Amino acid sequence: MSILVDKDTKVLVQGFTGAHGTFHSEQAIAYGTKVVGGVTPGRGGDTHLGLPVFDTMEQARAATHADATVIYVPPPGAADAIIEAIAAETPLIICITEGIPVQDMLRVRVALDRSKSLLVGPNCPGVITPDACKIGIMPGQIHRRGGVGIVSRSGTLTYEAVAQTSDLGLGQSTCVGIGGDPIKGMDFIDVLERFVADPETDSMIIIGEIGGVSEIEAAQFLRDSRTKKPVVGLVAGITAPPGRRMGHAGAVISGGEETAEAKIEAMRAAGIHIAPSPAEMGRTLLSLLKG
Amino acid sequence: MNIHEYQAKALLKRYGMNVPPGVVVHSPGEARDAAKTLPGSVFVVKAQIHAGGRGAGHFLGESSGGGVRLVKTPEEAKAAAYDMLDRTLVTRQTGPAGRVVRRLYVEAGCAIDRELYLSLLIDRVARRITVVASDAGGMSIEDVAEKTPERIYKVPVDPALGLSDYQSRDIAVKIGLTGQLIREFVQVMRAAYTAFTTLDAALVEINPLVVTKEGTLLALDAKMGFDDNGLFRHKEIEELRDPNEEDPREREAARFGLSYVGLEGTIGCMVNGAGLAMATMDIIHSEGESPANFLDVGGGASRERVGAAFRILLGDPSVEGVLVNIFGGIMRCDIIAEAVISACREVGLKTPLVVRLAGTKVEEGLKMIEESGLDAIVAEDLGDAARKIVAAVRSRRAA
Repeated sequence: MSILVDKDTKVLVQGFTGAHGTFHSEQAIAYGTKVVGGVTPGRGGDTHLGLPVFDTMEQARAATHADATVIYVPPPGAADAIIEAIAAETPLIICITEGIPVQDMLRVRVALDRSKSLLVGPNCPGVITPDACKIGIMPGQIHRRGGVGIVSRSGTLTYEAVAQTSDLGLGQSTCVGIGGDPIKGMDFIDVLERFVADPETDSMIIIGEIGGVSEIEAAQFLRDSRTKKPVVGLVAGITAPPGRRMGHAGAVISGGEETAEAKIEAMRAAGIHIAPSPAEMGRTLLSLLKG
Repeated sequence: MNIHEYQAKALLKRYGMNVPPGVVVHSPGEARDAAKTLPGSVFVVKAQIHAGGRGAGHFLGESSGGGVRLVKTPEEAKAAAYDMLDRTLVTRQTGPAGRVVRRLYVEAGCAIDRELYLSLLIDRVARRITVVASDAGGMSIEDVAEKTPERIYKVPVDPALGLSDYQSRDIAVKIGLTGQLIREFVQVMRAAYTAFTTLDAALVEINPLVVTKEGTLLALDAKMGFDDNGLFRHKEIEELRDPNEEDPREREAARFGLSYVGLEGTIGCMVNGAGLAMATMDIIHSEGESPANFLDVGGGASRERVGAAFRILLGDPSVEGVLVNIFGGIMRCDIIAEAVISACREVGLKTPLVVRLAGTKVEEGLKMIEESGLDAIVAEDLGDAARKIVAAVRSRRAA
């Protein structure tokens, strides 16, 4: 068993008929993901990519009993799309959209905290369990089924970790991009507790960056979990100046605990092995697994 | 995005905040005329730059006095304006280069009894809009936090309930307000909170919020910052942008939807993805050189955007070499290669260039670069790319 998704996960797409929704749905279907339909308000009753289109999430869930939804809705309507998915009691909600106003996300958190839904993102690449289910915008072909669980705030740095572990023959159990926004759904700990408990995950890579304190909380969690699974860590932004936002809305240093150095130190203290460079995540993990 | 003090005060006033009467001016003559229209016999002439610590700052050159001047007559206001306009003000927030003062705000002075501190911001750990207040106003809140943290009160606001008046009264009592001032503080808080939520602000800071000798509350200084992601629904805020306060390279980048931050080093970087862009900067640093910039071309980088990115990098005189690092996921490497080749031809490549491509259609992309005749060094992976650009820049420097 992998975490969050598997080969039987039925997926809806919100923003299904738009350019992004269409392109990434085609890719997901080609990868083997069970896409069961989508939502575009006003297009209910249509067929798109051979699948049914619904006006609302309530209709879509009732008709398909989907387990998950992925959101490609542009920023002005994205928070509302997440709240609609929560209201439709969708178990897993993955929001790819970048650029959602932070105050919209505060409202999303209120709805989320009162529900049983899990939210991944926003501003993230999505979730993939290789050869089973790809939900999001990651390139499927670089993945390989294996034992490494990867959790990351960055899309392309996740691809680096994936490519490195695939090339070394390790492969991945599940990769979760939690996204680059300051207010979001699942955080490192929420994913790590599942990796620790998951029999298919034998090791982990955790990729953080400047801003916030969730890497420090994640390090404390891993130390307290007493897991035997080796963990490799990377924190991007050692050279980032304080007070400047580095691309991601959440990547800004506004206090001492939010620097890369502070996070690296906390990870080391918790027994996480820091990759000496972003090019060495895979090799660092391989040497631990062999050792 | 940040705005000037006078703009923040005008916005806050619209939501019910009590602010001193004032006029924004661009010349000494305007400063004199402004003072004539203002009530009272004391005026304050304040430099308008996007940085704090103006009063304690100093001007470059032979000017004595800071960026906030107290004057008693319209003629003195004119003289103060003459002394500040078009000169460079250095404060503890501007860095040693300082900022050129192009606008002044002339305000009616007031008699201050006490100075308080008030701000609203988004606490990402609490996931709440949080009110921060203190009875120690008029100084930097960071200093207060360090020396007397017990004088700072933080109150989170439940997003489902919004700010309740009782919370405002609680804060008022904690920062030492009594009687009628408690009610007045409730109005101040309503104004600040309504402005914050209505305008998608990231920060509202009033420091100091003063109790005047007449016994009223007045926002003597005001600072507002906005969530860039919220600007699409506030065109009127976008119009308050002051291009003089922004790095021209960053402004140019923003026009093309590129995320760019200028840095001090010499190696220009063009990367896709914010995390990978930071990691690329870090690996250059660990190889012993420094990045000239952070630049994320984004997931759907078109030829136009890559071209704009190249022009910004190559137009920067401090750039001695360029590292292109693309992990093509959805973005195809052959499209990137084509964009890089045409941008180099268009702009004219005069510095070493290292290209590292990975992911979708990588073979095609690398082949195109090889066959283009472009003087580019191809790298295997991220580590190889960093070593190669550092070596190329150093050998060029030695030559």
